[in-house]
Parts: sequence; C-alpha cells; structure tokens
Amino acid sequence: MKSPYPTWFFLPAGVFYVTLFLVPTVASFWFSLTRWTLFDVEFIGIDNYVRFFQEPPLVQGFVNTFIYAFVTSGAKVVLGLLLGVLLSSQIIGRGFTRSVIFFPVLASTIGVGIMFKVLLDPFDGPVNAGLEALGIPGPGWWTDPATALLTVAMVDIWKGVGLATLIFIAGMVAIPQEYYEAAKVDGASSAKTFWNITLPLLQPATATVVLLSLIGGLRSFDLIWAITKGGPGFTSDVLASVVYKQYQAGFFGLSTAGNVVLFVVVAAIIFPLSWWLNRKGDES
Amino acid sequence: MRNRVWRWTGGLVALVIAVVIFLVPFVFMVFTAGKTQQEASALQFSWPTEWAFFDNLMTVLSTRDFLIVRAFFNSTVLTIGAVAIMVVLGAMVGYVLQRRRSRWNPLINFFVLAGLIIPPAVVPTIWVLQGLGLFKTLVGLIAVHVAFGLSFCILLFRAFVAGIPRELDEAAIIDGAGPVKLFFRVVFPLLRSVIITVVVVQAVFVFNDFTYALYFLPGDQNATVQLTTYNYTSQAVSAWNLLFMNVLLITIPPLIMYIFFQRQIVAGMTSGAVKG
Amino acid sequence: MVSRTTTRRALAALGVGGVAMAMTLAGCSAGGGASSTDGSVTLSYLVDNGEATVVVAEALAKAFEAENPDIKIDVQTRPQGSEGDNLVKTRLSTGEMDDVFAYNSGSLFQALSPDQTLVNLDDQEWVGKLDDNFVKTVSTDGGTYGVPMGQSMAGAVIYNKDIYSQLGLEIPTTWDEFISNSEAIKAAGVAAPIVQTYGDTWTSQLFVLGDFNNVLAEDPDWAEKYTDNKAKYVDEPAFAGFEHLQEVAEKGLLNEDFASATYNDGVSMVATGEGAQYPILTFAASQLMTSNPDAKDVVGTFPLPGPDADTNGLTVWMPGGVYIPKSTEGDKLDAAKKFLAWLATPESCDIQAESTAPQGPFVIEGCTLGDDVPAMISDMQPYFDDGKTNLALEFLSPIKGPALEQITVAVGSGITSAKDGAAQYDEDVKKQAQQLGLDGW
Repeated sequence: MKSPYPTWFFLPAGVFYVTLFLVPTVASFWFSLTRWTLFDVEFIGIDNYVRFFQEPPLVQGFVNTFIYAFVTSGAKVVLGLLLGVLLSSQIIGRGFTRSVIFFPVLASTIGVGIMFKVLLDPFDGPVNAGLEALGIPGPGWWTDPATALLTVAMVDIWKGVGLATLIFIAGMVAIPQEYYEAAKVDGASSAKTFWNITLPLLQPATATVVLLSLIGGLRSFDLIWAITKGGPGFTSDVLASVVYKQYQAGFFGLSTAGNVVLFVVVAAIIFPLSWWLNRKGDES
Repeated sequence: MRNRVWRWTGGLVALVIAVVIFLVPFVFMVFTAGKTQQEASALQFSWPTEWAFFDNLMTVLSTRDFLIVRAFFNSTVLTIGAVAIMVVLGAMVGYVLQRRRSRWNPLINFFVLAGLIIPPAVVPTIWVLQGLGLFKTLVGLIAVHVAFGLSFCILLFRAFVAGIPRELDEAAIIDGAGPVKLFFRVVFPLLRSVIITVVVVQAVFVFNDFTYALYFLPGDQNATVQLTTYNYTSQAVSAWNLLFMNVLLITIPPLIMYIFFQRQIVAGMTSGAVKG
Repeated sequence: MVSRTTTRRALAALGVGGVAMAMTLAGCSAGGGASSTDGSVTLSYLVDNGEATVVVAEALAKAFEAENPDIKIDVQTRPQGSEGDNLVKTRLSTGEMDDVFAYNSGSLFQALSPDQTLVNLDDQEWVGKLDDNFVKTVSTDGGTYGVPMGQSMAGAVIYNKDIYSQLGLEIPTTWDEFISNSEAIKAAGVAAPIVQTYGDTWTSQLFVLGDFNNVLAEDPDWAEKYTDNKAKYVDEPAFAGFEHLQEVAEKGLLNEDFASATYNDGVSMVATGEGAQYPILTFAASQLMTSNPDAKDVVGTFPLPGPDADTNGLTVWMPGGVYIPKSTEGDKLDAAKKFLAWLATPESCDIQAESTAPQGPFVIEGCTLGDDVPAMISDMQPYFDDGKTNLALEFLSPIKGPALEQITVAVGSGITSAKDGAAQYDEDVKKQAQQLGLDGW
C-alpha cells in the first residue's frame, strides 16, 4: 500500500530551495571564516567572530533587537487577536474596516518609512503640529535617542498588524460552526465560548502569527533603515542593521559572520518555541 | 437587542479608529502628491491651494521615457509568476509535512524555519544564477523569490492543513483517488481562505521588494516599480510631491488585488465549515 | 525507502549547484564584446542617480555620439551612497559591470582591487594632462585607471555674507575667532549660528574631515603614520575635529532642528539667512543654484579654521573618476577608451560646467571655469592660487572607517563624548585596515 502522501511532493520545492538558498547559504557560512573583499578571499578562522563581538554598538544592538522583536510581536498578537475577533463578529462596515486595517501591509516599506519620517518630524511634522495645537509638547520621535527605537517599533506595528489580523480571521473562518452551535445550545457565554473554543482552535493561527512576527521582529531592518538608519548615533541599531552596515562597508566576511550570529540567536529562540507551539497544536 | 447595539456602536467605533489611525497618513500622502513642489516642500497637512495632481502624475509617468510603465509590466509578471509557483509548491510541502509522520519531518521543519531566519547570501546566489544562465533575467528573479518565499508559504499551509479532518482524505482514498487527485481535487479547494492570505501577503512582498531586484536583476530596462522611487529620493531638491505620487502609484496594484480578494475571503466565510 | 531516493536527488541538485559555482569560479561568465551588425558599438555607462549626475552624463553622451556616430552611449543609473558602493563591488566581482562606469577616487577606488578588476590606462596620452594629485587618487602601484569626472571641491564652511556684514564680522582664520563669531551671531539672535543637518548623516563628518588641512599643518606626515597604525584620532592634532564638534553642540550654537534637518534644508537655511554658517562640501553650489539661485552672491566660503592663522587653508576633495572594468573587451574596449580620452578634453569640461553649477577648479589641463560662478566657488580660488590647500585624508590614505558618520552624529548630538567618539572611530579604522590586509595592523 503506497502512502497517500507521497514524498515526491517535496521535490519541486526542494529544487528551488536547495539551488538558490541552501547552496549559497552554505557557501556563505564558509566565507564567514575568511577575510573576503569580494575580490580576494583569505582564510582567517574565527577572527571575524571575535571581531564581531567587539563591535561597539553590538551590546546595544542585541538589547535593541530583543526589545524591538518582543514589543512588535507582542503588540501584533494581542492587537491582531482583538481585531480578528472584532472583525469576524457581526458588526456593520466589517469588510471596509478590515480593508482599512490591512491597507498599510500593502504599501511599500520604503514609502511608509519616508511618510512617517515626515509625519513624525519633530519640528515640521504634522503630528507634532497637531499635538502643539492641543497644547501637548510633541516628543522628538525618531531624533531623540530615548524614543527612536520605539518610534520605529510603533510604525512596524502599524504596518504589520493587518497581516496578523488577517491570519487570525482566516483561522477563525476555519473553525467549524458546529462547535459554536453546540456551545449556544449549552448556554455558554460569549466570553466562555471564546476562551474554551476559539482560543484553543486558533492555536495553529496563533503559532503562525507568533513565529512570523517574532522572526520578522528579530530580523527586522528595512523600517529601521528607512526611518533612523540606526541613529541617532547607534541608539536604534539592531543586529540586522549592524550586519547590513558591515556589508555596506565591504566587510563581507565579517558581515556573513554577523549573519551566522544573527541566525544562531534567532534560531535559539524560534526553534524551541516552534517545537513547543507545534506540540501544543498536536495535543489539541 | 444587545446584538443590534453592538452591531452598530462596535462597528462605528472600529471604523472611526481604523480610519483615523490607518487612513489619515495616506490622506496626507495624497494631499502632498497633489501639491506643487514649492508647497509640498513645506510638508503641511493641508488641502493643496492649487491642485497639481494631474501634472505630477504625468511627470512621474513620463520620467526617464516612461520607465515606470515598463517597470509596472516587469513587476506584474514577476509577482504573478513567483506567487503562483510558490503557492502550489508550498501547499504541496505543507500538506505532506502535516499529514505524514516521518523521521525526516524535523529536518524539513528545520529547513523551513532556516529559510525564514537566514538572510539571503547575495554574492553566492549571483554565482549560482550565472551558472544556470539566469542572472539578469526575470525568470531568475522569479526563481529567487520562490526560493526565499517558500518557507513562509509552507509554514502557513502546514498550520491550516491541520484544521482539515483526515476523514475527508480517507473518504477520498476509499473512493479511489490517487495522491495527486486527493491533493488537488479535495484538499487544495478546502485551503481557499489560507491560499488567499498567502497570495495576498506574498504578492505584496514580491511586489514591494526592492533589494532582490537591485541585486539580481540589474539594469534600467529591467527596473521594477520599487526601484523607481529612487528617481525621487536622490534628487537635489526633494520633490516630495513627485515622490509621494510615485509611492501612491505603486501602491495601487496591491490595493486593487486586495479589494478583489477581500470579497473572496468574505465569500469563503460561509464555506469555512467542513461537512465531514 | 522513499527517503533514500530523496536524499540522492537532493544531492544531485546540490551537484548541479556546485557545478554552476565551479563554472563561475573558473570564470566562464557570459557577456563581453558583442557588437551589432552595422558596425556600431553600444556602450553602457553607469553613473549614480543624482539628478545633476544624470543630467551631465546624458549631455556628455549626446555630445560624444554627435562626434562619433558609430558609438552609442547608453546611460544607466545606480543608487548613491553605500548601497551604490555595494552594487559596484558586487557587479565587478561577478564580472557583470557595465562597459564604463563612474565612481569615487581615493580610498573608495582602492577598495575595488583595481589591479584585478579594472583596465590599466597608464599608456593613454591624456594621463599627462591631468593634475598629479588627481592621478595619485586613481592609481595603484600597478597602474592608472581613471579619468576625472567633474571638478575638485573643498570641505569648508559656507556662510551668509549678509549676516556677516550686518554684524560687522571678519572671516575667521582661527578656531577661537570662529567660535566668537558664532557667539556674536547667537547674541544678535538673527540666525542659527552653525547649521548641522543630521537628517543626512554624512553631513556630520565635516568638522572631522574638513579639518584635515590643519592636521597636516601640525604634522605633515600624519597620513603616512595613520596608514602605518602610528597616528590615532584620540590624540592631537586629529582629535581637534571631534573636540570642535562637541564644543559647538555644548555651547548651544546649533540650529534647533539639527537632528532632523536635511542637507537640502541646510543649504537653504544659509541662503535665506536662517542659518549663518554650515560646514559642508562645496558641491553644495549645485544644490544652491537649484533651490535658491537668487542667493548666488550671498553665500560664500571659508576654510574650517584651526589653531593657527598662518596655516589656514582649504581641505580639498578630488573629483571622482570614470573607469573601464576588465569585463569590457574587443570593440567595446576600443570604444570605451575613445570615450574616456574624449572625457579628458576641454570640450567635455565645458559641457560639464554648463550642465550643472561648478563646485571648484577642474583638474584637467586647458579646462577653465567660466567667469559667472557662484561666490561660493570664486571665494575658493585665492587659496588655490596661494597654494594654501591640502588633500583630504581619503586621498592620502586607503583607510576610511565606515562608521564615522554615525559616530560624528552621536558626538554632535551629545550622546557620546568627543573622547569616546574618537576612540570608537580608531577601532572602526582598525577594522577597515585589517579588512584591506595592510601591514602593521
């Protein structure tokens, strides 16, 4: 009896993945042990790793990476779940509201970055002008070392919460209606229904949102780049932007080493988490 | 009764908040895109004193011999090609991965996550593309996007295949369906809402990506729409009106696509219940 | 057993990839000297996408095509800044560079491994017509590789002449005079005494980079010592640049919006009298003529002053170059050499000077600026005439640390002290030197 789930289903995807992702990645791991200027390659062992850990902005970069990832992914999960529940209940204008919330996901990151840089300009920006009109002194947003990172995180949440919402909604749609009907017959309150039916059955969707937003947050870089470039000074640098800057500076060996470090850090968080979430999913 | 109140108040509150938080910034963009350069440079949130919307539109369209038109064509082909391939292949992997218990699963799961976590290695990827004769071609860029985007698709599909009862598969197998028929005729249609999610998200990602395009598809004749924003960010005098007009233009296709699929999602709401 | 076939197939796929890599590593790349059937050659010419750059490139291409009907020049653009640097390096190393390309001279040029990637042009007759200082910045021990594009410029202070005459101020020749002028402007309350624009981080480096004339005045061998790991930014004389930056920030002499203002804002502020003084590169003349052409005679230039009035002089930047990569061969190479030779003619200089506002003197024999240049540029001429100029460090040493602009923003914003900033930059420099594989690091 042949299995109805043939292994060859993996093949076409595997071809793309192996040739264009795995091979180059393995090659770049080797390059992380070299001094590589794109023109010359010289083997230097683990020097790059030693050097990478001596980077002045690195400690701050590590701390910032975690702050950024947990703030953005936490907010996306909580807000996404709330919005998902709200927008799959029977309210008016549901479709339109969904579209509006999802709209930022569609806009190009570069465009959004530029737009918020302008909107949140401490001196000429409309947001601070509006706050001033209300008699509230506006903060320095992305120019103030204390708030730069959180400002970018806020924009990230603004841009990404629509996607989390959409995944939650798709998850809720997949829950068979019979469960709800049964709960109704039993006279369960809506809060109870949510707690005992929706939440457990949303487990795969929640796992997906948590994993994606956490990975995205840990690797996030494009918005930071578009708004602060890691500044002022090094105050909003995260691991990914440190690595990218090294790459830009032509330290290819060093930046691939940084990428390996980034990969290890992200993996150390994501793999156990993913395993735990999946196990929970299988149990339910 | 309580429901009706909730229906209206909840709906209206949600609507107002959503519009203020998510739409107002775009209104600012539209206003700026309609201003003359002089007025736009002040960056006020105000109604343009004179609308130069159409002039700006024409300027943006005709910049560098209508480069943006060609870029739209390139981006469209790229997006459709890459997303179609990765959705089908990703669904196949996610489905088997979820359904079949095998010693290999942990390894495959590792690779899937690795694909999400590891940033692409630019130069070695170019070498591979050159070796295959696909560097500087749209096909090559499509292949790159597929390779980098598969992980996301697999992760989502795996999560949602879990929600489809196995009894369905068993019933189809008893009816004599082979693995291919089982997957494409029975399972794939049931994945509709998640397929739409994946399509929308990945299409947006591919359409909005500019780093891969910059590296793997060099040359102005190959420009994709994201690269056209560069025409305005680097000008001596910041032409905010033209820049925002450009950003608006390149936001339109994903928007249309989303509005189109949004209906589909809502339609899919009722068919979500699987009658086993 | 299914699993085993999968592995084998995966290995086969790996093999394909491996072969592909081996092939490319062995240098079997496509491209090269294809030419169309009618005997005409098309050259692709890669420039950065700055508006002025593209305008000049298009104008030059047109004029050259008119003289050489059998050669077409197809202008291509790339991003500016370090994204562009990366792109250039990536394309050179993968053998995919355009037939001719424009790029910086000096330390950025050295990072391209010119001996391996570029066509040596030291046998071309135009090399003799170039300023020796320029030739050094596009040469290695193995050859000369580029022809100049544009003019030389200075890293100096541009200032509003009206404010100076209103308050009866003299052009400062020492740092102390500069500070007392700035204090006077602050007391008068007419304008921001010193403009800083950290919205464009690169502009923050001028206090350090533009001070190099004064460093050399103190120690003529500083650049060599620096390259040999014997001179550091934490020590005087080079430390002065970081100190100055901290001083102007601490004394509150900056414009209120220094953290978010952009380079364009900075130039306009000086032009309109909102700001009095702005340390910047004199290519700002082209920005000035675009945004505030009426201020052509209002904005002037003076060098960043140091401790000693006698050695007061300009720190000079050389123009970028146009180069031919080794991947250009056959008919295309001949055409490319012809194009470069033409770029070194007075005719090409005239087109460059007409297409965009000049930023300083040309470095090609027989090329002159017109009489009608902005005051910013004519103010520089006396220093050139009296020989009171020195090259900027990036043309005297291959090492420039990549994080300087972030560090100078941190110092100028009061996040980091001058001492820590200089120490951080020394570390950054060390990294770059090791990367270049220099001796003694």
